[in-house]
Amino acid sequence: MRHIISLQLENESGALSRVAGLFSARGFNIESLTVAPTNDETLSRMTIVSIGDDNIIEQIVKQLDKLIDVVTVTNLTATEHIERELVLVKIDVDPSSQAEIDKHIDEYGGKIVDVSEDTYTVEVAGKSQRVNDFLEAIDALKILEVSRTGVTGVCQKREY
Amino acid sequence: MKLNGAQILVNCLQNEGVEHIFGYPGGAVLHIYDALDACDNIAHILVRHEQGAVHGADGYARVSGKCGVALVTSGPGLTNAVTGIATAHMDSIPMVVISGQVSSAVIGNDAFQEVDAVGITRSCVKHNFLVKDINDLANVVKKAFHIATTGRPGPVLIDITKDTTIAEIEFDGYPKSINMRSYQPEIKVDAGQIDKAVALIMQAKKPIVYSGGGSVIGNASEVLRSFTRNTNFPITQTLMGLGAYPATDAQSLGMLGMHGTYEANMAMHDSDCVIAVGARFDDRITGNLDKFCPYAKIIHIDIDPSSVGKTVAIDVAIIGQVNDALNALIQALKDKKLANIDAWWKQIEEWRSVDSMAYQTKSGVIKPQSVIEALYEVTQGEAIVTSDVGQHQMWAAQYYPFDKPRRWINSGGLGTMGFGLPAAMGAKLADPKADVACVTGEGSIQMMLQELSTMLQYNTPVKIINLNNGYLGMVRQWQEFFYEKRYAMSYMDALPDFVKLAESYGHIGIKVEKEQDLKPALIEAFKQKDRTVFVDILTDPSENVFPMIPSGAGHHEMLLAGRDEMASTNDEGLHLV
Repeated sequence: MRHIISLQLENESGALSRVAGLFSARGFNIESLTVAPTNDETLSRMTIVSIGDDNIIEQIVKQLDKLIDVVTVTNLTATEHIERELVLVKIDVDPSSQAEIDKHIDEYGGKIVDVSEDTYTVEVAGKSQRVNDFLEAIDALKILEVSRTGVTGVCQKREY
Repeated sequence: MKLNGAQILVNCLQNEGVEHIFGYPGGAVLHIYDALDACDNIAHILVRHEQGAVHGADGYARVSGKCGVALVTSGPGLTNAVTGIATAHMDSIPMVVISGQVSSAVIGNDAFQEVDAVGITRSCVKHNFLVKDINDLANVVKKAFHIATTGRPGPVLIDITKDTTIAEIEFDGYPKSINMRSYQPEIKVDAGQIDKAVALIMQAKKPIVYSGGGSVIGNASEVLRSFTRNTNFPITQTLMGLGAYPATDAQSLGMLGMHGTYEANMAMHDSDCVIAVGARFDDRITGNLDKFCPYAKIIHIDIDPSSVGKTVAIDVAIIGQVNDALNALIQALKDKKLANIDAWWKQIEEWRSVDSMAYQTKSGVIKPQSVIEALYEVTQGEAIVTSDVGQHQMWAAQYYPFDKPRRWINSGGLGTMGFGLPAAMGAKLADPKADVACVTGEGSIQMMLQELSTMLQYNTPVKIINLNNGYLGMVRQWQEFFYEKRYAMSYMDALPDFVKLAESYGHIGIKVEKEQDLKPALIEAFKQKDRTVFVDILTDPSENVFPMIPSGAGHHEMLLAGRDEMASTNDEGLHLV
């Protein structure tokens, strides 16, 4: 099953490689990983999407918790949460396909953030599934480049 | 007081009560060595190879219970230390390793003797630090010792750039305490889990205590004894746990696992309630996981939550110090009536009567098992025994019953050949009055031979018991059993004359070729209190370690000497190490 694991870790050099190294050394799977500073400058927030059965996810959470730089570990999937992912897609546009592409962008609440002579760069944000659906809706031959941020998320409760 | 980084480091080490450092100098640590030389209450042991430094600090830590300290230079100094660090990590040994690093201005430039020490060691340390700013140094040292020695202990590396050791600041003393929001190792035992465990224990008709290295590290011998006395439960111990509970006690079933006793493994298999104490269910213990303890409810006491449920599903987990957890169980069981386990003991005695450690003697050949038995006799069971890795390690564990903890010093997790000799040196420094024996083989000993020189320089007399069978015995045994006797590269031609070798290092060498010479030679060796003696004993080259659970088999599928001369395995087993 797909799990979203959210970490707060010390904002120190090497913290990211400790987490990434743990996953490769123990053979855990990473679907996506995002990391950035938070409002507390001493902390980074990392969001990892991993796929595994309950035992593996339990081990992942425990092993992450064991890392000295990790301050908190939360399995967001086990609680009420919001997940978002953003994608930038560069799309080949010509007069014959433009109308259909515009329709999909509209349908998925996308934004055209850049236009060139024959391309659009489109931004779509939402749950990963929504991003997947958008990418599937666009004719694959028209997609020139895809760059996804990976999932980030927060727990809905005030505190956890 | 204005101090440079090197002086601050030494000051910190003094404040931590460090008395011995095992190390080897080099360019990046010259300032540290300069400061160390000016300090007269820390003894520095100049090893001959950095791996020896870390194993030395490791042996020292295992015997003393204190934090071992090693100091190496950048680049090859650090890479040579890695095997030692990984060894300590696998066995949860408290240790601080200090490595020099090139100056921060040239980090990343592929400077002379530069390696990414923090990157290389990341997966084999409990934590590591790179210090580039002298203002961080004292805090980092404080954190390093705190992390290394608390919770589940382990090695911590401090990589210090050379410019940090040279810079000067006004030093306002070593921090008295440290608070880390991301590291809270003290976990209080949960009362609810104790209740659940008690409920299982009260119903148990076939209970067994399975105790591991955590009982040694957690200094739990006394409480372990109280627990088994109060409950009358049998106890088996892992390779790493030997000595925490007296092996000669009637309730002890000996070691379990791949080369454990028949009674221990059969009892594990048939048990209805396994109480794991500071043990981590590794593959040498469990054998085939599908066949592991099929009837048992399992209670697992461990300080490390990630050990729980890692390989085996657990019914009740008690996270915390072994002592705290066992004490809580003892308290909770005080007025409770336990199930009658007379029938269980009767069954265990039947298994015990199989005498799985019996071995065949052959005239004209020295059996390796008999060497360990003679060693036990000559040292009256009171020696600290270190070992290398292989058949001799198993025989030492099987035939030298340890009654006290911190006397059996071996690389159980990583299985590092070369560990025994430097560890013996560290053991002797930690406990100078004790007799220290290093049980080794002609393969392992040649991996760290150079430390014989260190042992002369620092006068650390140990007795090297070399079970010389001319083979990499454990490799040969597996080739005999599982590779149709194709002995690929397990035979060493051209062995050195170990007697002359010992003598050239300034020690005493004794060669034993005949059975009748064995005991007199050992008596003579241990009489030489102030000398290191290398006893080279030619043992039966064809002897195998029994009993044995072949890879892929369960506890109840043990092979016994005399009954099953040949093991075989299945395809699944061949994939296992």
